[in-house]
This record gives sequence, C-alpha cells and structure tokens, in this order.
Amino acid sequence: MFSIDQRTSGDVTILDLHGKITIGEGSVQLRETVRKLLDEGKKKLLLNLGDVSYVDSSGIGELVSCFTTTSNKGGQLKLLNLTKKIQDLLMITKLLTVFEVYDDEAAALQSFK
Amino acid sequence: MKAAGNTIELSIGSSFEFLELVSSITINILQMIGFDDDTAQWVELSVRESVINAIKHGNKEDPSKPVDVKFVIGEKEVNVFVRDRGEGFDPSQLPDPLDPENLLNPNGRGIFYMRTFMDEIEYLQHPEGGTIVRMKKMCKAKE
Repeated sequence: MFSIDQRTSGDVTILDLHGKITIGEGSVQLRETVRKLLDEGKKKLLLNLGDVSYVDSSGIGELVSCFTTTSNKGGQLKLLNLTKKIQDLLMITKLLTVFEVYDDEAAALQSFK
Repeated sequence: MKAAGNTIELSIGSSFEFLELVSSITINILQMIGFDDDTAQWVELSVRESVINAIKHGNKEDPSKPVDVKFVIGEKEVNVFVRDRGEGFDPSQLPDPLDPENLLNPNGRGIFYMRTFMDEIEYLQHPEGGTIVRMKKMCKAKE
C-alpha cells in the first residue's frame, strides 16, 4: 500500500510518502500528485522518503520523472530521509549526482531558493 | 540443508498483482538457504525486476501468456529461471543507464540492477518459445 501526506512550510510543499513505490501502484499516485501540485503553481517540492518501505526500478524511475517534470516547469524537487536501500539504488545508477538529498528537514527547507 | 536439491516452480499470469506473491516465495527460499537479510533483499529485487520484464516486455501484459518462475535450490546457492512467451530481445542492445544521455530516462534500470546484484545472468531461448533469464546467487557464510 502507498499513501502520501501533504504539508507545507512557507512556500515549500512537503510530501511524506508511506509504503511502496513500485510499478503500477505508488508510481502512478506519486506522479499524479506531483503534476497536480505543479499545475497549482507549487514548485518547491520536498519528498520525504523516510517511511518508504520498498522501491523497485519503476519507483526509482518515477522519482526521476518527477524531478524532470518539476525542473522543466522551473521548479525544484529534493529528497529527504533516504532509506539505505533507496540510497544504494540511487548511488548504483549515479542518481545521487542528480538529486539534492538531505537527512535533516530544516536543512532541506533552508536550501530552497 | 534439507531443501538443497529441490526445485520450486510457479506459473503466474501476466499481471503485476502477482508480484508480491513471487516476492514472498523468493524471500522464503532465500531464508531457507541462509542468505543474510541484506543480500536477500537484493536477490528478491532482481527476481522482481525479471518478472516485471517478462510481464511487461516479454508477454506485453497479455493475461493469457504465463510467466514461469523456477527456483533451483543448492546447498549454498540459488538459481532462478524466469521464462516469458515473448519474441526475445538482444540484451547487448539495451541502453546503458549510466550513460549521461540516459541518466534522466525514467526507464531502463531493471536489468542493470539484476546484473549488479546477481553473481551470474544469462539469457536463453526456450525451445518451445519465449526467453528464459537465468540468475544465480551464491550464499556467503554469515560472519
């Protein structure tokens, strides 16, 4: 099961993700949530992955897709609280060079320009 | 280990709803063999990725086409065979996900993860049609 809680801090939208980001399930919901926020003009997005229990290559691909979509609209999307597994999967495919990653929410929020 | 020498086989329809079932069986088998949790999670992911590829790319999500998964249990190793009913493909022609050109591609990392986490991978053609991917992982002694 996958769910998203949304909250804001200033002009940053924080998405607390819970559960599994996998093909067909979490991937679709994450994509739709990010697109809706961008359509609403909310372009500073922080994805909190601390409660993500599982991710497959489709889930990694969806994070990339959300990053690209956000960047193309002039926004910023950053990652918070990577689990070790997600960190390893991003590192292996050199995606840690793409994403800004934080393990402290205050520092992450501060980083948005 | 009593399970060594056994083969466990299952056949599923081409639907992603069966992925959790395959994952559960995979993890159970790995625990029987004695894989540590970290290694087991990577092997499970590799099996999952191969089944997804079989469903999505091999069988084009045709529910009438099965995906066969076979686990051959060794004393300290497992060989996993995943067969689809597709037309086949050339794995050497797959784009490199580490190429800067492909880094932001949302797709194309599944096989790369399989190659990273498994000790051996090979692609075979089934004589009655379809592609089989064979993956092997050796179980290291727990420290």
